[in-house]
Amino acid sequence: MSIDTPLRPESASTVHRMPMLEVKDLVVRYGHGRKAASAPPAVDGVSFAIQPGETVGLVGESGSGKSTIGKAILGLQRVSGGSVAFQGEDITHAKSGKRRAIGSELRAVFQDPNSSLNPRKTIGASLAEPLRIRGVSSGVARAKAEDMLERVGLPREAVDRYPSQFSGGQRQRISVARALICEPQLVVCDEAVSALDLSTQAQVLNLLADLRDERGLSYLFIAHDISVVQFLAQRVVVLYRGQVMESGPAAAVTESPKHPFTQALVAASPVPRPAEQAQRRAVRESLGVRTASAAAATAGGCPFRQRCPLATELCSTERPAVRRVGEADVACHYA
Amino acid sequence: MIPTLPATPRKTALTKLSGHRLLASPTGLAGTLWLAVMVTASLTAPWWLPFKTEDQDFTAVLSGPTAAHWLGTDELGRDILSRIFASAAETLGTSFITVIVGVGLGTLLALAAANSQRAEGVISRVTEIMMSLPGTVIILAVIGAVGTNIPLIMAILGVLISAGIYRVMLGQAKSLQNQLYVDAATVDGLSPLAISVRHVLPGLATTIVVQSALIFAVGLLIQAGLAFIGFGPPLPQPSWGGMIQSASQHVYDAPWLMVPTGVVLALTVLSANAIGNALGKAPNAGASHLPSAAIRRKRAGQAAAAAAATPAVRNPPAAGKLSVRGLSVGVDGGTPLVTDVSFDVEPGTVLGLVGESGCGKTMTALSLMGLLPSGVAVTDGQILWNGKNLAAATDRDMEGIRGREIALISQEPMRALDPMFTVGYQLTSAIRRLQSMGRAEAGAEALGLLEKVGIVDARRILKSYPHQISGGMAQRVAIALALSGKPRLLVADEPTTALDVTVQAEILSLLRSLVKDTGMSVVMVTHDLGVVADICDQVAVMYAGQVVENGRTGSILDQPRHPYTLALLAADPHANSAHDMPHRLATIKGQVPQPKDWPAGCRFAARCQFAGSACVVPVPLLPSGTETGLVRCVKADELAVEGMAWVATDSAVHQHVPAEVPARHRLDITEKDMA
Repeated sequence: MSIDTPLRPESASTVHRMPMLEVKDLVVRYGHGRKAASAPPAVDGVSFAIQPGETVGLVGESGSGKSTIGKAILGLQRVSGGSVAFQGEDITHAKSGKRRAIGSELRAVFQDPNSSLNPRKTIGASLAEPLRIRGVSSGVARAKAEDMLERVGLPREAVDRYPSQFSGGQRQRISVARALICEPQLVVCDEAVSALDLSTQAQVLNLLADLRDERGLSYLFIAHDISVVQFLAQRVVVLYRGQVMESGPAAAVTESPKHPFTQALVAASPVPRPAEQAQRRAVRESLGVRTASAAAATAGGCPFRQRCPLATELCSTERPAVRRVGEADVACHYA
Repeated sequence: MIPTLPATPRKTALTKLSGHRLLASPTGLAGTLWLAVMVTASLTAPWWLPFKTEDQDFTAVLSGPTAAHWLGTDELGRDILSRIFASAAETLGTSFITVIVGVGLGTLLALAAANSQRAEGVISRVTEIMMSLPGTVIILAVIGAVGTNIPLIMAILGVLISAGIYRVMLGQAKSLQNQLYVDAATVDGLSPLAISVRHVLPGLATTIVVQSALIFAVGLLIQAGLAFIGFGPPLPQPSWGGMIQSASQHVYDAPWLMVPTGVVLALTVLSANAIGNALGKAPNAGASHLPSAAIRRKRAGQAAAAAAATPAVRNPPAAGKLSVRGLSVGVDGGTPLVTDVSFDVEPGTVLGLVGESGCGKTMTALSLMGLLPSGVAVTDGQILWNGKNLAAATDRDMEGIRGREIALISQEPMRALDPMFTVGYQLTSAIRRLQSMGRAEAGAEALGLLEKVGIVDARRILKSYPHQISGGMAQRVAIALALSGKPRLLVADEPTTALDVTVQAEILSLLRSLVKDTGMSVVMVTHDLGVVADICDQVAVMYAGQVVENGRTGSILDQPRHPYTLALLAADPHANSAHDMPHRLATIKGQVPQPKDWPAGCRFAARCQFAGSACVVPVPLLPSGTETGLVRCVKADELAVEGMAWVATDSAVHQHVPAEVPARHRLDITEKDMA
């Protein structure tokens, strides 16, 4: 069941280095009891690794388990099986004490800029909190908060204001500032730009890219939009119903997808050029992928088989093993 | 580059919590004053009271108010005023014990339960048992066992009440616990206890204060009740309940005796409730920014008169043609939200209204349906539908048009469907109403409609409730619902934004085939230029309440003339494939201005890379030179000639690559840059 994601050939020099994050055979089930145990898990045997300085994009539709994986890594969701290792240390079931120890290295930016900041605390108090619980004095924390606000393009005076005084894009910058204030190694961005308008989204994406280049950060960038992911990520992992369908270099996965689901996902993402979009539409319609509503969740075999144009009897009995096809690793019998 | 913030006074948590709200309400103010007077008077009672509580004046038994005894005397000639105030401190104080124990315990339990599911299971069962216990019996049993120890009794009352408080607090505590900032704090490694104290408890403050005020009143009444039935403080110590009890025995011969104590008790309880009400009321809940119905009616009349005065259109009305002319929409009170918007939708075509949030595209779309939110109205211009001006139509006229001629599909398909009824019931009742059909006929029509919107097992879906179907399926049902009156125009407000891309593609294909088969037209509100490219024939790009560019989709997206369109395209990661993805996306500095901040000149000038001195005057919508396109930019021709591109100027503040970045990461950057 294990899905290996070997390193890219050109990264052979980093093989001996410890990955920043290693997720192995991760399984997450929701609920308790017999009924939950018989339902297909939300995350089903997902493995991937993030190297230092690398950005990995996690793409999938709603219900694919991408956010659940992020939560499991951050310790916000109980893990049913498999392991999560951060800088070689197992954090699968880490409690708040251990979380505090790694909390400055492993940070998060969440989707909704409206609820990711406590409306009753000033921006300064929210930014200083991660520093204060690590024993930084309030004066130093405030100075750092001001520096960080300036770095994300907001005025230093913003420390004394409340989240309601900022627009969605500004609040998302503040969330980025909060994530980066204690100089982390890895930032989990869960749909960090999905709620933003185009121009604001571009500002936040640029900011994330700049900060990564400046500080050598690693990102786990979780998004439903494959174009946004391909802007930031070097490697992309495509999920469907909790399983990895395809993973590999961003360009390979998005330009010449091998798995039928990735092909459908890429073809369905519209481009703002009418002539090209008409072509893509023709390609999408020729793929013959069946509608999502026709597919009920069933256990066993390939999760995509009910929508897949290539599906055969084999797909309903045997879960496809991961194979190397071109530059990507694909979980399909017929790719 | 760094924006400055308008100076606003810093609000402290304290002023936000109580001050304004409490003192703004007259009853709240009166309640606070009364309680303050009671507390001060009773605490200082030994120094100013004219008599001791046991002093008996046999010359004036059961007297009414006199110069010596302001509030009269009881059956033993004791001064009522002295007795009321001497016992006030203890009465108020012991009631406060109930508040502390009840609200404190209830809040603690709610915080613990919100923190872990297992704790919630245990605490909820225990509180259910507590709520099923007969409180009066328990209190009487305690009195039987330990005597009339008032503080202890009030504390036990608090414990009994805490179960109810827990129920009130739990829902709120759980919703606060699910906020993303709590997740963020968990990621920080903050302990569950610290999270409860720092992030959840402050959010409960208002509820805590309100509940405390109410429980305080309950405690007062129960304590008085206990004293009334003889379980008050031991005699001869005075208590309010005891005094009311003795007054009740003289209700015929000395009715006055009941008045002072009764009034004081009632006023104190009312004060506590008034404070609770004042604090619990949402800020400005009483004040309405909406104009009165009379004013609205008058305005509608004026608009109709103005519309009647404008000359009728010369062209004969085409069937299913929409043309919007100089449409302005504004808040009553003056702030415009949409100004001078004009566009045409020919039958069988799709018009895209595109722009960022706050650009007025949804307001424009809603005005077509006569569905503007209350307080917002069409202030100028015409919406000509088959030659009829909908901007001046009465509500009655619009009822005949909505659903039958113009239908709406919204962003949230689940909101369009009532969770209490099956899909089949909702669909058939809409069909029966709009097409005046019988039950059986409408049922067949509903089945046909679901099949038309591409639902495979339509019979099963008809029997399903909205929560049993997926989001994509729900949007198909919502489209079927919109089609039930056979409309000629469909207003679609971000119909695919909440859906997955593969489902979005299916819905867009469905809309395209519906347009082709039925010849209806669509006004598509969207922020996604890819959706525009996919389905729209014409597009109107909106910015700050204006159309800034308007024309055929092909020419606008491939050869944008307005800098805003240019910038939107440059900022869209979808516009680039992986091999030509830039290292930085273009951005537009700042944000869409608020309607009240719109400048007189070009509204985009402050954010525009190409803005110059010519941009400070109002800019008209002029032919752009490409086909029938229109553009609102004085420099459009100049920019087109020079072939200017919107560049990514929003550069990093510190542009340097630190040495510790691993080699392969740098490699990726150079690969991207070279490509």
